[in-house]
Amino acid sequence: MTVAGWIEILIFLAVLTAITPMLGGYLTRVFRGELAPLGRVERAFYRGLGVDPARGQDWKGYARSVLISSALFGVLLYVILRTQSIHPLNPQDLSSGTWDVSFNTTASFLSNTNWQFYAGETTLSYFSQMAGLAVQNFISAGVGIAVVVAFVRALASRSGKEIGVFYVDLTRAILYVLLPLSAIVGFVLVSQGVLQTFGDYADATGLTGVTQTFAYGPVAGQEAIKVLGTNGGGFFNVNSAMPYENPTWLSNFVEMLAILAIPAGLTAMYGRMVDNRRQGWMVFGAMMTLFVVAVAVIYVSESGPTAAMQAAGLTGDNLEGKEMRFGIGSSALFSAVTTAASCGAVNAAMESFSGFGGAVPMAQMMTGEVIWGGVGSGLYSMLLYVILGVFISGLMVGRTPEFLGKKIEAREIKLTIIGTIAVPMMVLVTSALAIGSKWGAPSIYDSGPQGFSETLYAYTSQGNNNGSAFAGYTGYVQPNGTNDGAFGISFADVLGGLAMLGGRFIPLLAVLAVAGSLAGKRVSPVGLGTLRTDTPTFGVVLIAVVLIVALLTFVPALLLGPLVQGLSDQLY
Amino acid sequence: MRELKTAAIAVIAFTVVLGLAYPLLMTGVSQVVFPGRADGSMIERDGKVVGSSLIGQDFSKDTSYFQSRPSATGYSPSATFFNNHGPNQQDLADQLKGYVDAYLEREQPYTPGLTAADIPSDAATTSASGVDPHISEDNARIQANRVAEERGLDRARVLELIDDNASRSLFGLAGDKSINVLELNLDLDREASR
Repeated sequence: MTVAGWIEILIFLAVLTAITPMLGGYLTRVFRGELAPLGRVERAFYRGLGVDPARGQDWKGYARSVLISSALFGVLLYVILRTQSIHPLNPQDLSSGTWDVSFNTTASFLSNTNWQFYAGETTLSYFSQMAGLAVQNFISAGVGIAVVVAFVRALASRSGKEIGVFYVDLTRAILYVLLPLSAIVGFVLVSQGVLQTFGDYADATGLTGVTQTFAYGPVAGQEAIKVLGTNGGGFFNVNSAMPYENPTWLSNFVEMLAILAIPAGLTAMYGRMVDNRRQGWMVFGAMMTLFVVAVAVIYVSESGPTAAMQAAGLTGDNLEGKEMRFGIGSSALFSAVTTAASCGAVNAAMESFSGFGGAVPMAQMMTGEVIWGGVGSGLYSMLLYVILGVFISGLMVGRTPEFLGKKIEAREIKLTIIGTIAVPMMVLVTSALAIGSKWGAPSIYDSGPQGFSETLYAYTSQGNNNGSAFAGYTGYVQPNGTNDGAFGISFADVLGGLAMLGGRFIPLLAVLAVAGSLAGKRVSPVGLGTLRTDTPTFGVVLIAVVLIVALLTFVPALLLGPLVQGLSDQLY
Repeated sequence: MRELKTAAIAVIAFTVVLGLAYPLLMTGVSQVVFPGRADGSMIERDGKVVGSSLIGQDFSKDTSYFQSRPSATGYSPSATFFNNHGPNQQDLADQLKGYVDAYLEREQPYTPGLTAADIPSDAATTSASGVDPHISEDNARIQANRVAEERGLDRARVLELIDDNASRSLFGLAGDKSINVLELNLDLDREASR
């Protein structure tokens, strides 16, 4: 640990807090329709789509639009990946994907997960990256924002069953938020040295006569939406550790900020849209508290040698799998940011983190990605926890639970439970299947508890739509001269793909259903007996609910993997 | 049916705008405003490309150069992967032991009394990308003894060059100090030819 490291963390937290209300104000104006500089383009587009922006959809209509458009986007992406060899912009003549890895990748980018069994620079053409993956980077983030906007609208609505128009929300999210921010972040990244070229791969002979082959590509634009949309799918296999994706301390800082900017900004938007900014700050505060603890634990854990380093006689910090330009501080902070948000970009090898340093990222994902969480999905999942918190507190004080003046009744609670419990259940079941069956074994790389950690991390990450990995776990075997060329490990590909789709769409539908049920509900006036949800006290309740649900579900599993390694110097 | 048509039009429109227009525009502007940077920050010497200032390379053939960190990928910038061993793996311990021994063998003759415990951990661990262009300042200072002697340079001058190639984040307030190995080695070559 260094003073400079702690200073960087403090600066980061301060900047994030400072931009939250600014972004929140901007988002509010965009989604209230007060800000529409490209109104004409928008209107023409809606006419072309056959959508009437003035005719709101009820929750079922909204959900239908989400599902149908996602299905079509998914089909397109799958076809692009499977027919890669006939497309232009493929300087390396890379072949088309196999069915299983392509399915996994499609599910991954459709669900804003960006779990990657493939290795970008050796598997995908420039065309597949930009027309296939980058598009989904925008769309899956836009869908997340649209759904949370619809949910917040329902919370604020006083009458009617309409929660918004999906295509309008999606278009605004992309046109006014994601696209302009991506261009700005993209140019900042290029100025630091991130690639943005269609040049062919090229050789160079170094100072001692050793030849290196350089992979290039249109990276910066995709990198920008990768972080802003909490997607996380790297252009290169080693993601943001690759200097061509993340070359400097500044590019790293900008990427971390871009990951949390929108999830944090949305909390402020929420406060504004329900006409009580303190509601937004309460959620922000709960997220920030959990986040600060996570950062600190990872930073402390990575400062100092691991058991393997000690066995080799090394006494310094754990720099195995980390880059010097980031050091321990920026690597620890990045890993906390990326697993708190459901981003999954990494600037260091998560698998090589110390026992506790690796347990915290897993634990953050296991909360259901609500510590900031994904763009849109983080806030809507957290608001389900808020409803749960209101319900539990209501039971304790013996009053009908109310949230923002709306009665929380049996239907909402049932849906909330589905939305919060479905993913953890799926994570446990898929991990158990992969560990307990012989089909899961070929994916595992390391022996001992680490092999278990790899598996648990893989299905936690996919189920919660994060996308980071203990990257020894594999679902794709590269051609290596001794096998018959590349092939997928179908079991891991399909199981992971299903986990990602379930992890995305089950909570999303539950949230929309709760929105439908709360929209237009009568709002009762605030009285003396009202349980207020905009106070620090309630923030504590919220944190407790999140921790209890996550810990009760996952501590036994965490103990078997990373914690047991953190607690001993035993080598396996 | 209408719903399906709407979705189909949206898919096509968004793919054209986000998947083609956006990357083409980004590339066009970047190529004009940041030529070089957008193309990989390649470094030329005597008209020939010798590498990229952002990408580490293998100097192990010539010990009169500063050496990069160990790499699990043979310093490949076109097939990157992590080393991917957990913190308690025997495999990793063996690997690291190999790096420690190699470092001691290379540096001990020039830095007598150097032990494993003195080795900065960046010098005996693999980087994340396999092409980390930097080493730590402590690592560079130990290597300076060898480089100065092999090249017949004044040690103080070599330390100066290290300082010239150190990157400090946010005026040294945040992050750690690191040294760009390729740029440092290019400076060394220039020094010798003067």
